[in-house]
Amino acid sequence: MTATPAVKTFVIDGVDASARSEQTILSAAREHNIFIPTLCHLEGLSDVGACRLCLVEVKGARRLLPACTTRVEEGMEITCNSPRIAAYRQMTLQLLFAERNHVCAVCLANRHCELQSLATSLGMTHVEIPYRFPSLSVDISHERFTLDHNRCILCTRCIRVCSEIEGAHTWDLMGRGIQSRVITDLDQPWGESDTCTSCGKCVQVCPTGALFQKNRTGGQCCKDPSFLPYLRTMREEP
Amino acid sequence: MTTLTEELDQITAKVQQEQQAAGDRINVCVAAGCLSLHSDAVQHALEAETKKSAARCAVRGVGCMGLCSAGPVVSHEPAASASNENATRLYRGVQPEDAPQLVASLQGEPVAKLAISSQLPFFTRQTKVVLENSGRINPESIEEYIATGGYRALMHALNEMTPAEVVQEISASGLRGRGGAGYPTGLKWATVARVAGAPKYVICNADEGDPGAFMDRSVLEGDPHRVLEGMILAAYAIGASQGYIYLRAEYPLAVKRLGIAIREAKRMGLLGSDIGGTRMNLNLEIRLGAGAFVCGEETALIASIEGHRGTPHPRPPYPAESGLWGSPTLINNVETYANVPPILRRGSAWYAALGTAKSKGTKVFALSGKVRNTGLIEVPMGMTLREIIFDIGGGVDEGHTFKAVQTGGPSGGCIPAAQLDIPVDYDSLMQAGSIMGSGGMIVMDDSSCMVNVARFFMEFCMSESCGKCIPCRAGTAQMYGLLTRITEGTATHRELDLLTRLCDMVGATSLCGLGQTAPNPVLSTLRYFKNEYLAHIEDKHCPAGVCDCTASIAEVAQ
Repeated sequence: MTATPAVKTFVIDGVDASARSEQTILSAAREHNIFIPTLCHLEGLSDVGACRLCLVEVKGARRLLPACTTRVEEGMEITCNSPRIAAYRQMTLQLLFAERNHVCAVCLANRHCELQSLATSLGMTHVEIPYRFPSLSVDISHERFTLDHNRCILCTRCIRVCSEIEGAHTWDLMGRGIQSRVITDLDQPWGESDTCTSCGKCVQVCPTGALFQKNRTGGQCCKDPSFLPYLRTMREEP
Repeated sequence: MTTLTEELDQITAKVQQEQQAAGDRINVCVAAGCLSLHSDAVQHALEAETKKSAARCAVRGVGCMGLCSAGPVVSHEPAASASNENATRLYRGVQPEDAPQLVASLQGEPVAKLAISSQLPFFTRQTKVVLENSGRINPESIEEYIATGGYRALMHALNEMTPAEVVQEISASGLRGRGGAGYPTGLKWATVARVAGAPKYVICNADEGDPGAFMDRSVLEGDPHRVLEGMILAAYAIGASQGYIYLRAEYPLAVKRLGIAIREAKRMGLLGSDIGGTRMNLNLEIRLGAGAFVCGEETALIASIEGHRGTPHPRPPYPAESGLWGSPTLINNVETYANVPPILRRGSAWYAALGTAKSKGTKVFALSGKVRNTGLIEVPMGMTLREIIFDIGGGVDEGHTFKAVQTGGPSGGCIPAAQLDIPVDYDSLMQAGSIMGSGGMIVMDDSSCMVNVARFFMEFCMSESCGKCIPCRAGTAQMYGLLTRITEGTATHRELDLLTRLCDMVGATSLCGLGQTAPNPVLSTLRYFKNEYLAHIEDKHCPAGVCDCTASIAEVAQ
C-alpha cells in the first residue's frame, strides 16, 4: 500500500504547478502569482464561498468551483480566467453595485475599497443592471466606529472575525435574501452592545466603507487586516 | 418467550379479528385537505349515528385518499368483502348532516347523490406503492400498520440480512432520490456505509416547500410508520444510531402523527435500544423547520439541525462524508424512505419491474391548478403527462384549453401542450427543460399568463433566498424586478436581454440548488412561450388577459 502523496500536481492556467494536498485552488494560484478575485475570502478567516467571484473552471467538473473552498487534486486542469468567467465576475460586481448605495465619490473608503479596486481591475466600466436604491440606515451609536448599511456587501467578514478571532460574536446576520443585513447583538444599536469589546477588528477587515473609524477623513480610511494571519499563526503555535 | 416477529403476527391476527368483528368499515379522510373542510365533524357525526343505529360498523379517521377536490371524502368497506377492493364505496363532499343517510345505506344501495365510482380512471390508472396504506389505515395506530405487513421488512432485514445486503437490495431496485435530483439511493447509502467514522446520522428531509406540493405531508399524515420503517432500515444499512426528521412546522398534523408514530414504535421495541431484540439501536427525533424553503437544501438543513442559521455551504465535502456535526450523514426525502419497506418486503426485482429503464418504481404527484381532479396521485414512472393530466386529472375545465404544466416547483419548468406525450421520468423531464422535482404538478390553462407564472416563481425564490451568495441574493431580486417590468408593459428588448443573461449567470454561479435552479421557470417559459414575452414587450398586451400592461403606460405618460 502506498501512502497518499502529500503534494498534488496539476495544471493551472496552462502552467504546471504543485501544492500540498490541504491547499485550496486559491492559495495555490496565489503562490503561483495567478490572480483570482475575491471579496468574502480573507487570509486568517474561515472560508464561506459566498461571493462567487473566485469561481474557476475545472476540467471535468459539472459546475464552476469556488477556488477558496475547493482543494487541489492530482491532475486537475484549472482555468482561472476565461471570457465566460470574466463575464460572470463583472455581472457579480454589477449586482453588488446595484444592490445598495455604493457612491464612491462620497464614500470614506474611496480609493481604499476592495469592491472599488476589483471593479477597476476587472474592467467594470458601467452598471447596466437597474440600481435598487434601497433606503438603509447608518448606525453611529458606537463611540469609535460607524456602520453604514448602504455600503455593506454582506461578505460576513466582520461576523467571522468577531466570532473566530475576537471570540465576542457581537456581529450576526438577520433577515434573509435581499433583506439580509448585519446586526450587532440582537439588533441593538452598536453603541449599546454588551458584547462588543471595541477592538475594531471588524472595521479593519471590512472590504468597503460599511464599517469605518470615526473622525477620519476620506484619505485616511485605510484598512489593514494583515494582523489576522499573524494572530492565527501565533495562536496555533504550541 | 415470544420474539418480536411472533408478536407482530399476533397483533396482525388480533387486528384482523377485531376488524371482522366490527363489521363494515367507514373511513373518513382526516388528512389536511379534507380536515380543512371539517371532515372531523363528519367523523363525529358518523360515529354518533352508528352508535344510535343497530348497524355493525366502525368509523375511523384515515389518511389521504387522493381525490382532494372532492373532499371531505368518505369510503365504506363492506365487511363481507374485505379483500374485494371493488366493493368499496366512495363518497364525495360528505357533510355531517349526511351521516344518517350514509349509515342507513350500509346494507342497501349506495347514497346516489354522494357516490363516486371507484372505477374512475382517477383510481384505476394509479399504481399505489408509497400510498398503498394511505386512506386505508388509521395513521395513529401502529397495530393497523403492522396488520398490513408493516415492520416485517425491518424484522427480516435485521435477522436475515447484513447491512451490505440491504444496500445491495436498494441498489438493485434502481430507486432514485425522490426529493428532486434523482440521485441513485443505493449509491448514496453505499457511500455513507463505506465512509469510516462514527457516529453516523440518518436524516429524513421533510421540509417540503414547493408551491403546490403536498406529497410528503400526505405520506406523513396518512402512513407515518412507513417512513419510520424506511429510516430504521437505512440506519441499519449505514450503521447509524441517531436520526432526525426535519419537518416543517407548517404541518402540525404531520408533526402530531409522526410524534405518535415514534412513541408507538418505541413502545413496541421497534425504535430505541436493542431493536427487535437485536443489537441495533436507533433514536429518532423530530426537528421542526421554522419556515425557510432553503432548509430543504441538504447542507442548509444540516446547519439548521445544528442550531445555526439555515444557510447552505459549498459541496464538497458532501454530507455523506462530512455532514451533521462533521459526521457521515445520510439524507433522504420522505418519499424515498417510504419506498424502502416495500422494496425489501417484495424484492428489488419486483420494484425494478415498475417504471422505465432509468427511472424505476412509482412517483407520487400532487396534482393542482386548472385541472378537474386535483389531489394526490401515484403513477408508475414513464406514464405520459397526457395520461396523468387528462385521464387521471380529468383535463382542464370546460371552455378552456390546456396551456402548460409546471413540474418541479420553483426549480422546475413549464412544459407546453406539444410535449404532453413525453414520459414522466427524470431524464425526459430534464430534456424538456423541467425537472421531476419533488412531485408538484401545477396545470395551467389559457387563463394563465406564462410571464406572470415565471414572475410568481421568481418572487418565491427571491423571498426564500437565504442571502448568502451574491448571484442568488441580488440576482433573483433583479430578475423579479425585470419580470415585473415586463408584466407591467414598461420593459423593452434590453430588459429581456438582460434577464436572459442574468438567468445564465445566476444558474451557473449560485452556491446551492435554490439559486442554481431559480432561473428555470423563466428559461422554460422563454423557450416555449417567448411570444407571450414579446406580446408584453412589443404590443403592451397580455395574451391571457392577466397582466395590466396599460396602467403603467399611463403612469409613464404622466
